[in-house]
Amino acid sequence: MPEPLVLDRDVYLQLVAHCYDGLPFEACGLLAIDPASGHVVGCYPTDNEAASARVYTVPSGAILRADRDAEGRSLVLGGVFHSHTHTTAYPSPTDVDQAPDPGWRYVIVGLGEGVPVVRSYRIVDGNVAEEPVVVRECTAQGGVSIPEQSSRL
Amino acid sequence: MPDVRLPTVLRTHSGGAAVVKADGETVADVLASLEATYPGLAGQLRTPEGNAHRFVNVYVDDDDVRYLDGLATKVAADSEVSILPAVAGG
Repeated sequence: MPEPLVLDRDVYLQLVAHCYDGLPFEACGLLAIDPASGHVVGCYPTDNEAASARVYTVPSGAILRADRDAEGRSLVLGGVFHSHTHTTAYPSPTDVDQAPDPGWRYVIVGLGEGVPVVRSYRIVDGNVAEEPVVVRECTAQGGVSIPEQSSRL
Repeated sequence: MPDVRLPTVLRTHSGGAAVVKADGETVADVLASLEATYPGLAGQLRTPEGNAHRFVNVYVDDDDVRYLDGLATKVAADSEVSILPAVAGG
């Protein structure tokens, strides 16, 4: 059984909300991981530079700002999320072709089934491996809260 | 010497370091210096023709070099050069 992707509750809610906010286009953003635990403790919702219902591009300036912010919190950028507005939450051929980092987690939020479906994958050399998603209930002391004003890049 | 910020995918070639030092007065020089110090980066940053790979974005401080002078963009000794992954999909 692959290692699960553990998302803090606030991150889970934030990324699902951002995907609904982005409709009718795909929405996207970056994930900050605590290197000690491997948990996703922060979320950077970004614009979709492609402004499309079929593809997404995270603006490079947002990647830079998120990377600096994560480093300042002793976190690392360790993944990306995006929505599929009408299809299932499975990586498209474009997702597989363009996956930049075999160490990253690729979270897809499917909005085509009436309720949001959050699934996570690793993509290594063109091979897609799904991993379970676990939502962690946590207190403010247990997780890192990234303020709204700095997280929306 | 300018600092260079590496994306996670390339840190395997820098012993895990996120930020490293490199020499050079232009972006092209800085990339060449990086490749000399970390041979694993050769071929990861530039095409054989000497352009930045399409899946790599290069910033000098807060500016994308595509909107400056490309790889000929000047780099000051106290600049930060950032190499960023292109993050996109469908």
